[in-house]
Amino acid sequence: MSLRDLTVPELLDEARSGDRRAIGRLLTLVERGGEAADQVAKLTHPDAGKAHVVGITGAPGAGKSTLTGRLAAGLAATGHRVAVVAIDPSSPLNGGAILGDRIRMDEPIHATEGADPNNVFIRSMATRGQSGGLAVAVPGAVRLFDALGFDPVIVETVGVGQIEVDITAASDTTVVVVTPGWGDAVQANKAGLLEVADIFVVNKAERPGASDARRDLELMLDLGGHPAWRPPILMTTAVDNVGIDEVSTAISTHLGHLRESGEIDTRRGVRARSEVATRLHAFLLTRVDETMATTEGEQVLADVDDGTVAPVEAAHRLSNYI
Amino acid sequence: MMQDPIRIVLAKIGFDGHDRGLKVVARLLRDAGFEVIYLGLRQTTDAVVAVAEQEDADAIGLSIHNGGHLTLAPRMVAAVAERELEVPVIVGGIVPDRDIQALLDSGVAAVLGPGTSAADVVAVVRTTVAPE
Repeated sequence: MSLRDLTVPELLDEARSGDRRAIGRLLTLVERGGEAADQVAKLTHPDAGKAHVVGITGAPGAGKSTLTGRLAAGLAATGHRVAVVAIDPSSPLNGGAILGDRIRMDEPIHATEGADPNNVFIRSMATRGQSGGLAVAVPGAVRLFDALGFDPVIVETVGVGQIEVDITAASDTTVVVVTPGWGDAVQANKAGLLEVADIFVVNKAERPGASDARRDLELMLDLGGHPAWRPPILMTTAVDNVGIDEVSTAISTHLGHLRESGEIDTRRGVRARSEVATRLHAFLLTRVDETMATTEGEQVLADVDDGTVAPVEAAHRLSNYI
Repeated sequence: MMQDPIRIVLAKIGFDGHDRGLKVVARLLRDAGFEVIYLGLRQTTDAVVAVAEQEDADAIGLSIHNGGHLTLAPRMVAAVAERELEVPVIVGGIVPDRDIQALLDSGVAAVLGPGTSAADVVAVVRTTVAPE
């Protein structure tokens, strides 16, 4: 049987019965976009919404992949079926990518006693032109894993700077990983990434400056008043498997908080609306290109070339056709 | 619709520490627009196949510099077949000319020996991966 000959519903049946090749194939369709991806989205929607979606984000080299691998190994050892979507950047010049996250994930999973590698599914994804720290296909991939019974689904973003916070719209719980020496109290109070953390991890905590990093984050949180959830700050040395259980516990504690406070529904509502908006934006962009290529479009654009119509006026006229 | 980028898994198996070549290949494939799932050193056959499955890879690239190509490459081809994956295995590294035919006979899709140009590496991987 060649998977390439199967329809989307057939592939889903195979995936549900545990065929990992079929899962891999479906993820390719989700990444490709278009009709097949839409079909996957529609068919998986009814079964989705059960998994805890956890985002892991932070600067390049902070240890996100190592932490993710350790978390996945620990979860698999305690009987969870874990999915990981690991994102790395595509080249803006040629579209190519080196997807090197899982090199730090497979090994701890194989090395952890009781962690069945068949209970972990890791998919590497390139950003393929998307900014914001994620790939376009992330919501679709998360929904697929969710519908197939993986829980939790962990999304590791590309290495981010200060403002790439798309992960918060894609996940229930956002873990922000920093390292000693990442900045001081002024950095900590700048707007952006640090505002969106539900859990802080100071990784490489064996290095000098770890307690300073922790103090600066505590100070930042002190200035934020008394929210219902104060993000815990956890110290890890992910490469040596130190502090990982505490992170895992904090992640499930946060899920409990989301459920008790009802915030989980708020967050998932935001997530669904954000996906609708993204889809609409993409639809509109296509319509814009199509409209400019119509006869009316060509005429107005010719007037712009002549200088008889201002670009802003041309845009107003053509907007009527969209 | 834009065509999918070609996704290739690159790895070295077992006791073989020479990964400079594989890093060069990873970089030149990236620059040619490929998505390279880089596994690097000290992998096992089963681990590489498991990755190819999860990543729905279009090809597996094995780099071999320890003289084990006549054992390791056919083993990988067999493991791919056993999992019913349709993924060609491409071998690079130090392969004497006299061994190339034996590798091809064992099911290896292509052999990129010493002196293969960057352009040839890209071209061979492209033609090996059957267009959908």
